[in-house]
Amino acid sequence: MKEIRLHGRGGQGTVKASELIVRAAVRGGRWANAIPYFGFERSGAPVSAFVRISDEMIWPKTQVYRPDCLVVMDASVRSAVPLFEGVKEGSMLIINSDSEELQKIELPDGVQTVGFVDATQIAHEELGRPIPNTVMLGAFARVSGWVAVDDLRECVIEVFGAENGRAVSRGYEEVSIVNG
Amino acid sequence: MNRIKVVNGNEAAALAVKMSSPDVIAAYPITPQSQLVEYLGQYVADDELDASMSEVESEHSAMSILQGASLAGGRTFTATSSQGLALMYEPYFRTPTLRLPVVMAIVNREMISPQTVWGGPQDSLTLRDAGWIQIYVESNQEIFDAIVQAFRIAEDEDILLPVNVCYDGFYLSHLTEPIELPPADDVAEFLPPYEPDHILLDPDDVMSVDPLTPGHLLMEYRRRHMEAQQRALQVIPQVDEEYAGLTGRSWGGLTYSYRMQDAEVALVTLGSMTGAARVAVDNLRDEGRKVGLLKIRVLRPFPATEVLCALQDKRAYAVIDRNVSFGWGSGILHTEVRAALSGKNIPSLNYIGGLGGEDLTVQMLQDAINELVQLDCEAVDAPCRWLHNPQRSGDR
Repeated sequence: MKEIRLHGRGGQGTVKASELIVRAAVRGGRWANAIPYFGFERSGAPVSAFVRISDEMIWPKTQVYRPDCLVVMDASVRSAVPLFEGVKEGSMLIINSDSEELQKIELPDGVQTVGFVDATQIAHEELGRPIPNTVMLGAFARVSGWVAVDDLRECVIEVFGAENGRAVSRGYEEVSIVNG
Repeated sequence: MNRIKVVNGNEAAALAVKMSSPDVIAAYPITPQSQLVEYLGQYVADDELDASMSEVESEHSAMSILQGASLAGGRTFTATSSQGLALMYEPYFRTPTLRLPVVMAIVNREMISPQTVWGGPQDSLTLRDAGWIQIYVESNQEIFDAIVQAFRIAEDEDILLPVNVCYDGFYLSHLTEPIELPPADDVAEFLPPYEPDHILLDPDDVMSVDPLTPGHLLMEYRRRHMEAQQRALQVIPQVDEEYAGLTGRSWGGLTYSYRMQDAEVALVTLGSMTGAARVAVDNLRDEGRKVGLLKIRVLRPFPATEVLCALQDKRAYAVIDRNVSFGWGSGILHTEVRAALSGKNIPSLNYIGGLGGEDLTVQMLQDAINELVQLDCEAVDAPCRWLHNPQRSGDR
């Protein structure tokens, strides 16, 4: 079983992204579940969500404390929440960031693979709005390999339409991967 | 052909209601139930569900509308949470005492004060003695299955009682996971139209319902109502079995036993915490500990015989309560289970945790079982223990 924790800010589509990972995993014949962290619903406030993916049915309906993967919609959220808390040894970080900002982030030893992409910029270009979630989903599919990008794109198009499908593709193609 | 759909708990509930074809729905939205009302409103607007949907000004009105609709022979549904249920209390008690087979989802939410909108079944558990049947479920699939079953149980001519399907706010209402939907024809066959054989409300032939009733007659109503509750102990497992024949899924009827056969100690759970408890039991079994799990699925009527049979040969048991029983110094489920085991001198622990939306993790439940394994008999009268989440960090 793989456990994922997503971080972002209210309005960036973090919770919706967690649901779309579940849809894509199920479309690919796997089992998955997702819950949001139940906080205060405010635009711009830190938001997180938890996803589990497995080949077998998943019974626990709990939060994720030892993630195999972090998906970060907004690098600035690290000043507000303990972003890397509990990350497993050999885990991966997929973050909405350019290389300059990434340099400023102190990565814990547990993080082995980093995927970064300027998802806000791509979202501006594809959607005309700075909502990075579908770009980040494309990056997630590429870096993790836990869902097929075609399954993910189909699910995103069903929910958000064709423009967001292109956002997924660009996230998938344009993410830079660094192995630590 | 069955099909898989990815839904949250509120959508699972709404799909079950749609397939059950109610005649009348009346509801007032409240967190965390709101999406359920939105889904149902959408189905009616899109002509996918042929029901009269009333958006009312309060939960009190919602239940009152359903009383009239049910008295007129309609199949009825509503849903609420927490403070909405509290506002509904007067017609809530009147619905089962009028013997009306209303089905209501309670999306469990902690009671105020302090101010909260998060999960916890304090709302419905506090009303356990108001005469409704109460079913507590552990997954989105079970939400769907239990709501379809609830209409069958409620409308059974030997029962005629309203049923609550209770599911944890957020941990299920906002959990996204796949469920399997049975074909609509199968559900229609399992759940034929409601055709009461008693006298119905009729505008052309007016009558007075529920006139002032002297105590000796009221006692007769109470006696029959209590007997109907006891009959439900037979009907609920039969309905679950028949549903299993249709879908391949049984939820155990009144209780669900997991790895209990040779277990020396047992954990007793209610609701969505059961999923984490299954994994906690698996992990400890892997370490060679003989532990099992008993899920209480139906709280009213209380399955005293099943609980006694499941626990009487155990060395000790622990009950996890996501609620409190003020004045008992413990949780509600623990007092219920101990009552069923009166006369048996089996040591037990009571844990209270997960209130107000706090998590109940695999690790917490594993720690509880480990404590239980080391328990000596003197702990029987120990006060409850409070479960805190060691992995909790600040708000994310």
